Amino acid sequence: MSILVLAEHDNQSLKPVTLSVIAAAKAIGADVTLLVAGHQCGEVAEQAAQVVGVQKVLLADAPAYAHQLAENVSQLLLEQAQGCSHVLAAATTTGKNVLPRVAALLGVNQVSDVLAIEAPNRFKRAIYAGNAIAQVESDESVQVLTIRGTAFDPVAATGNSATIERVDSVFESADVSFSHEALAKSDRPELTAASIVVSGGRGLGNGENFDMLYKVADKLGAAVGASRAAVDAGYVPNDMQVGQTGKLVAPELYIAVGISGAIQHLAGMKDSKVIVAINKDEEAPIFQVADYGLVADLFEAVPELEASL
Amino acid sequence: MKLLVAVKRVIDYNVKVRVKADRSDVDLANVKMALNPFCEIAVEEAVRLKEQGVASEVVVVSIGGKACQEQLRTALALGADRAIQVEAPDSPDALSVARILAKIAETEQPGLILLGKQAIDSDNNQTGQMLAALLNRPQATFASEVKVEGEHLLVTREVDGGLQTLKLTLPAVVTTDLRLNEPRYASLPNIMKAKKKPLEVKTAEDLGVTVGSKIRLLGVEPPAERSAGIKVGSVAELVEKLRNEAKVIA
Repeated sequence: MSILVLAEHDNQSLKPVTLSVIAAAKAIGADVTLLVAGHQCGEVAEQAAQVVGVQKVLLADAPAYAHQLAENVSQLLLEQAQGCSHVLAAATTTGKNVLPRVAALLGVNQVSDVLAIEAPNRFKRAIYAGNAIAQVESDESVQVLTIRGTAFDPVAATGNSATIERVDSVFESADVSFSHEALAKSDRPELTAASIVVSGGRGLGNGENFDMLYKVADKLGAAVGASRAAVDAGYVPNDMQVGQTGKLVAPELYIAVGISGAIQHLAGMKDSKVIVAINKDEEAPIFQVADYGLVADLFEAVPELEASL
Repeated sequence: MKLLVAVKRVIDYNVKVRVKADRSDVDLANVKMALNPFCEIAVEEAVRLKEQGVASEVVVVSIGGKACQEQLRTALALGADRAIQVEAPDSPDALSVARILAKIAETEQPGLILLGKQAIDSDNNQTGQMLAALLNRPQATFASEVKVEGEHLLVTREVDGGLQTLKLTLPAVVTTDLRLNEPRYASLPNIMKAKKKPLEVKTAEDLGVTVGSKIRLLGVEPPAERSAGIKVGSVAELVEKLRNEAKVIA
């Protein structure tokens, strides 16, 4: 058996979620090859070579791979997956975009958003927005898996020195091109990697009031998230959404402010170690999952919280 | 330009799903079924493109038992022109669905294929991408804005870091995210009209596709329940608990 893993990165640094995907690969138990596809991403390959558990790093460095376009990266993965028993990527918007395309090219189904490895072809995954956990067995010749990062403890980022091999194949579709992007710039930790997350819901009332949460977050070194209601209302951008259809987080501490606790939000954060809810409605469902609930007006409680940190 | 929209019949998103007592599957007996919310957004986008004069016809397709005709009628009531039901066993795997859709696309020759990014039952998020691969066409998943410009499509996608815009050459495959649009409600006259719109029934065998189920469900279990903790009386008490009991803040 051998496992090909697609590295998640921004051409400068390897994203921590990749360390969790490697952990899943180790649970399968086979040699791990990490593919870094990007443009001017040599530094990422250097970091990838240090990750514990990686036997070999493949570096495909070409403009065609700069933006992780599914059409190009899937062809590269198809080529490199020859002879592999498993192909893995993180269940991020990048992995979810690319990997089903690889599965179809290989003529196999994909198992999405894997939470646990039971055997090399038997996995657990959440269905129905996390309301049920399915155990599935795949009869496919190659296992193509996207991995839920928060479900696996990351391997060590340093301590290894795997070989780096260059891949010269360039696949470039003429039918798609990158136009532009608007990426959120923030000095705060990334939502899915933060050990503390402070999230706001519709109770905040508007986008300006999220400033209160940013102040608390900065004192705690936390990331700031939001419920779907807050995103849909236009308070904050989509990349802050925590939930079934947004980001899945499992920090040490999750502080939900003015969030009622809709099922789809709970699906995105209920694996957090400690959950705090601040809401003025004591009947809000969020209190049913909170370790510490505070029934209070958030406009009084949040500034007080900030002051006491 | 013709538009093809694939839709799926799923449990209504307001229904709380429960695991069967024998843990063989979730219990779907007598629960309300509906059009998958992401598919509804795809239908709405197609209808809007037709209303803008960009598209000439909207064809909806669903794969499954006869019951999915109900969701096809819903899509017709929202403004689609005609429907195709592909009769197939329940729970076909995603690759089989993509293969069936690819066959339909070969016959219909749509300029654009719209699908929801995922179904809220299996949460697979893969059919659209697979279809694009099988057709060897470009894809734009998780779309929050779609603009047709001549032979091209500009699609803004919701990605983890923010928004990304791609330019695709038609024909192309687009999967919808939540903020692409807000689907309309079907009016009563449109629901009545939808009953008279054409609905064609095909079978997977007609299309030469053998429906597989290579991913076997061994069983399901309820998720680990979190029990409610305690209520604290003040911010000071909260901070004290977080520091000294939970030890999650310094």
